[in-house]
Amino acid sequence: MSNIQSPLPGTFYHKPSPEEPVFKSPGDAVAIGDTIGLVEVMKTFIAVTSEIEGTFVKYMIDDAAPVTAGAVLAELA
Amino acid sequence: MAIERLFIANRGEIAVRIVRAAQALGIHAIQAHSEADTDMLAVKLADEAVCIGPAPSKDSYLNIEAVLKAAKDTGADAIHPGYGFLSESPRFARAVEAAGLIFVGPTADTIERMGDKVAARQAALAAGVPVVPGSEGRIDVEDALKVAAEIGYPVMIKAAAGGGGRGIRIATNEAELKALAPQAKAEAEAAFGDGGLYIERAILSPRHIEVQILGDGDTAVHCFERECSLQRRRQKVWEEAGAACLDAPTREALCASAVALAKAVNYRGAGTLEYLYDEATNAFYFIEMNTRIQVEHPVTEMLTGVDLVAEMIKVCGGAKLSMTQDQITRSGHAIEVRICAEDPFLQFMPWPGVVSKLVEPTGDGVRFDHFLSEGYQIPPFYDSLLGKVIVHAPTRDAAIDKLVTALTELEIGGTKTTVPLHLALAADPEVRKGAFHTQWLEPWLAAGHLTATKGDAA
Repeated sequence: MSNIQSPLPGTFYHKPSPEEPVFKSPGDAVAIGDTIGLVEVMKTFIAVTSEIEGTFVKYMIDDAAPVTAGAVLAELA
Repeated sequence: MAIERLFIANRGEIAVRIVRAAQALGIHAIQAHSEADTDMLAVKLADEAVCIGPAPSKDSYLNIEAVLKAAKDTGADAIHPGYGFLSESPRFARAVEAAGLIFVGPTADTIERMGDKVAARQAALAAGVPVVPGSEGRIDVEDALKVAAEIGYPVMIKAAAGGGGRGIRIATNEAELKALAPQAKAEAEAAFGDGGLYIERAILSPRHIEVQILGDGDTAVHCFERECSLQRRRQKVWEEAGAACLDAPTREALCASAVALAKAVNYRGAGTLEYLYDEATNAFYFIEMNTRIQVEHPVTEMLTGVDLVAEMIKVCGGAKLSMTQDQITRSGHAIEVRICAEDPFLQFMPWPGVVSKLVEPTGDGVRFDHFLSEGYQIPPFYDSLLGKVIVHAPTRDAAIDKLVTALTELEIGGTKTTVPLHLALAADPEVRKGAFHTQWLEPWLAAGHLTATKGDAA
């Protein structure tokens, strides 16, 4: 098990926009550089990318919820 | 009915400004805040504070029901909306009035009318205010050539049904228009199912000049103009009062046109009319009106000595304007720069740090409007504006020199800020000459004028 952490404080999103599907669903393969979510910080959206390879297990933070820098956003297996 | 208990439905530096203005008038200040803003300076300074909801703006500062409930629960008799958030929402203004409270701003009808591009253009034309020459309503390709000959090249071709920048083309002569108009029509048909076109004179490198007005519902005055041409992504970064590029007759005509429009709509409160100014032809064109106090209002206050926030509170409480036009005079020159929590060396990446150290610039003619204190965690949920450094001096040159001193004195530890950008701009010979326009700053940045070394050296 490994974790993906938030690089910045802000608001975490699972989807590129409310109408689109989530970036990753349980069981999806995750390659290095894949975007797993967005953090909105001061009205700017920053893509959160994976620095590791693995299989997506789940998001650890709800969609559109506030996060602190270093918060665990998602779990990979 | 004079206002006695003012509810401030905003945050950040403008909330601090309004709390202080209210208290100076002997008004009880009630500060609204989200769960993320419990520690902000306006909450500490206010006579009373009330939480209006969770961190996201849509659940707090943009939540009309929550704002109204908190205002009523705290016994407020008026609501000041600041800028942004609900300040230009006719629905909010209407709800405030319906609840029997005073909205510190114009009527909901005025906000609605001036917020609609077409209605605002019609109001301006009716008041004799120049607007960008263009076709009246939708036209076809053949008409486009006729209208362009009348208004003069270059012209901008837009889809009548369109929005945003989509499908905008610029033709510098008739041959280009003949080639481009059918393309624009085809694209408009494909995108909007409507091939109607709209053309207007293209003002290629305009300056952004705006006029500050004050009204009490019966009469209106101006407090001269500001120039805000230094913009990045359509956001103003550096603002001046007055506009050094204007000669006296042009300034007089510009300000008079703003007053004419303000009077025509029976404006109440503080407002701003924005214009494009074409330096080559010495012509100005009204583009839109902002029916609220603006971020850059302090440069006007420094130039004229008028307290705009106090005056808008008084007139919205039912008072007549406390000054006549001939009592409003301008002296010297004022400059404001916006201090944002962004890293100017890294594509202006937001940087919501903890303020580890704060040293404010001081001195005669120096003002620092902000909401910071040592130990303060800048919340990541709102925009990045931390404050504004404003300077006033007898001349524009002296104001730039004073700005450099003030920015060098200012220390905000624990976060990145846009101070290095402003120091680099202050050191630039074109900025010193005032030789810029709204399309100047982005190419300047793209050309690498702001580098870590230059920023430090400046």
